[in-house]
Amino acid sequence: MEELQQVAASVLVLQVSILLAIELIWNLCEVLFIDAAPAGSLLLHLLDWVRLHKADVDEKAREVLQSESPAEHRDYWDVVVSYVLQGRLEEARQMLVKQAALQPAARSMYKLIDTLLSRMPFYNPGGNQTLTEFDVKWRHWHDEVNRCLQDNSFASNRHLEIICKILAGDEDTLLEHKELLSTWYHFLVTRLLFSHPTVKPTELHYYAQSCLTMFLDSRSVPEPLDNILLAAFEFDIHQVIKDCSIALNNWWFVAHLTDLLDHCKLLQSHNLHFGSNLREFLLLEYASGLFTHHSLWQLAVDYFDHCPEFGHVYLELQIERVPLDTERKALKVLRICDQRQMSEQVRSICKIMAMRALRNNRLGSALSWSIRAKDAAFATLISERFLQDYCTRGTFSDLDLIDNLGPAMLLSDRLTFLGKYREFHKLYGEKRFGEAAKLLLSLMTAKIAPRSFWMTLLTDALPLLEQKEVIFSADQTHELMFCLEELTSCLNASALGSPKTSQDEDIELTKVELLRLSLARNLAMAIIKEGTVEA
Amino acid sequence: MENINAKYVSQKISKTRWRLVSHASLQQPDVFATGSWDNEVNKISFWSIGNHGSSDMDDGFEGDPQLLCEHKHDGDVLDLQFLDQDRIVTTSSTGAVTIFRLHQNSQTISVAQRWPRAHGFPCENAPCTGVVCSSPEIVTVGEDGKIIVFRADQEGVIRVIENADSSTIHAVTYLRTTEILTVNSIGQLKLWDFRQQSNAPSQILSLSGDRVPLHCVDRHPNQQHIVATGGQDGMLCVWDVRQGSTPFSLMEAHSAEMWEVRFHPTNPDHLFTCSEDGSLLHWETSTSSDMPSFLQGGRNNSMISRSAMAPAGGNQSLINAWLSGDSSKGRLETTHMLPSQTLSVNSLDVLGQCLVCGTDGEAIFVNRQVPV
Repeated sequence: MEELQQVAASVLVLQVSILLAIELIWNLCEVLFIDAAPAGSLLLHLLDWVRLHKADVDEKAREVLQSESPAEHRDYWDVVVSYVLQGRLEEARQMLVKQAALQPAARSMYKLIDTLLSRMPFYNPGGNQTLTEFDVKWRHWHDEVNRCLQDNSFASNRHLEIICKILAGDEDTLLEHKELLSTWYHFLVTRLLFSHPTVKPTELHYYAQSCLTMFLDSRSVPEPLDNILLAAFEFDIHQVIKDCSIALNNWWFVAHLTDLLDHCKLLQSHNLHFGSNLREFLLLEYASGLFTHHSLWQLAVDYFDHCPEFGHVYLELQIERVPLDTERKALKVLRICDQRQMSEQVRSICKIMAMRALRNNRLGSALSWSIRAKDAAFATLISERFLQDYCTRGTFSDLDLIDNLGPAMLLSDRLTFLGKYREFHKLYGEKRFGEAAKLLLSLMTAKIAPRSFWMTLLTDALPLLEQKEVIFSADQTHELMFCLEELTSCLNASALGSPKTSQDEDIELTKVELLRLSLARNLAMAIIKEGTVEA
Repeated sequence: MENINAKYVSQKISKTRWRLVSHASLQQPDVFATGSWDNEVNKISFWSIGNHGSSDMDDGFEGDPQLLCEHKHDGDVLDLQFLDQDRIVTTSSTGAVTIFRLHQNSQTISVAQRWPRAHGFPCENAPCTGVVCSSPEIVTVGEDGKIIVFRADQEGVIRVIENADSSTIHAVTYLRTTEILTVNSIGQLKLWDFRQQSNAPSQILSLSGDRVPLHCVDRHPNQQHIVATGGQDGMLCVWDVRQGSTPFSLMEAHSAEMWEVRFHPTNPDHLFTCSEDGSLLHWETSTSSDMPSFLQGGRNNSMISRSAMAPAGGNQSLINAWLSGDSSKGRLETTHMLPSQTLSVNSLDVLGQCLVCGTDGEAIFVNRQVPV
């Protein structure tokens, strides 16, 4: 159990470190590419960048200040030096005041260092000073620092001498404080601060390369993060993106960074061989990866919407592959398709759901899916199922559905027939024989009924023909006979082809004979009735 | 709008419900439950917004929901309802119905009772889509078209209505203590009377036009014949169950499926709906003061004449404001309750002055000062 917790903790630590690295790269890209600071303010931005990503100085300082005698704390000088390395000279001065209070004898030295620290010029981008003026001022100050060093003013106090050497920009001293700097880019910024504060963006990469080499021991190899930062200092955006893609295990960071740079018009859009540009390519990769996630697939849709060339195609391919466990999820997917006029996908998803419903004998669900997709073929299939059920069982199943079809009936011919046939049964049940007869006839003559069902319809007509009262008029009877003849001629034609058992044939013949008899009798009675003059 | 609190919870929320407060105390609700969906491991969670006066959270903002406890749940949580102060019933996409118990003292959740395959097809799972309970009775409905009645604390099922519907039943609500109302995916409302032994509905109501699937239903808290439903096309329909088989009024509410409709339990002139299009609407109707409601224009003239047969005292409140048709624009106000369009709002619940809703954007929104 403890092991598991340790493993989980180490995974979290790893992920936090990746996040911090990503933030570092992101901020640097912001400073170099998007803000595109010119010489002078470039260094100030870089200074901010370093300060932002090195939080332990403040923690240590707090610890020291909260102790009883800060000036005698063992980390005291580390804090002061760290402040100086980060260019936070005000805070360094405040710390030094505490030490100066403890050593009244060396008051003049402390006064001197305080003066040096307070007089260091910082470039003010909003002010009236030009870069050249600032440069001159800075050189004066730098000369003063060097003079103090040569005069050995701080020879008696090792710490103050170190601080002075740092202010002079002495590389060896800076390298002695590797643990305080902890990273080569901190070393780079500090070095630039105290030796070339007016560094131009184009010169940056020379210093970056040399600092990296100086900082790392001959044994250690630059890490991927170092290479990415170096590529950024060289202003090689594509190299940055490429290295990030290789170093990180998913497309999240690279896709968003590229998108941002593209919106700032910093990426030249060269067409890749597959037709889209780099931004779209990365976004498509990222979104495709999202689609395989069990719940983030909904977000991927938005990403595809923002890829003008291929987004729609990718979405069409991916959306059909979302696993649909529940109807609610299917409805959400369908809504996405509806909003983007992807009617093909709507139809195929509805068909999948309808087939599943049919397999589980949920005919109402299947029908509602085929209505959603306006799928006439499937509606026909469902009606066939109903009619088959009726033929085998003699009654309708799911009456609540058939009785309440409404306008959906018009979706397919077979469905209309089903609805009307059920209506016929209802009319018969309510003993409205005249209307039932008319409906039955119209079903056959208007050719709504499938040919295979005509025998059943004619058999249904038998009880109506056998009633005491004449229901079918002479004309209607003629039409019925016509239908019967059409049917038998068809059957004869097909009987020659398909083998039938003699029993089936007998049944068929008997049925036809019965029908012929009833029709003839009915015709006779109808003619008489119509010919009779009402008294 | 300024009183909305949003909290991001890293799970898509499918249902939220306030814990019941006793009617005697005038307390505002302080605890709500949520269920998640579409995760590899889904959870039900209890949250507190600390309405007891003492704000004992230092870190969170005031009113920020704090997680009390959570428990994993097998399958998507499709519906959730409080059985009593300590127990909730959930239905799952695997077809299971589970009762969870919240232990107040230790702030833990345990499974009190479970019916693993309450709903199902012969060869695969059927999601159980809706539940309604009035302790100790629990009624569930599912994609298999069955209505099942359980009793908490009893092992088996009390009653099953097989093949109650040939399509999916999406939601269920109580009409009276022995009658329930279900809505299905071919746009029908069916009334079921449990006193009858037959397995057929006692009444079927449907829209006269297209058979648009209905997704949610809620009954007016005081007048039991008034029912509101929401459908796939985002239309809000108000029905009078006693009269006729078509809805009384139809209002275009949303541009996508409406997932949940709720009357305010104590102030039923207010109605809330939420939808797939990411909006949550607050509908407010006012009972008119001057003009009798039956003289206002309505959709269906025959309905007006019927409602004109009010008791001679002309008591306005008997003619419910919801039933006066949709042409009375001045008397129906709609406001958006969420600051901006989010992903689909899947669920909402309102109690007292507090509203909670959950979205597909993995956020829970709480509004503690709903103007009712």
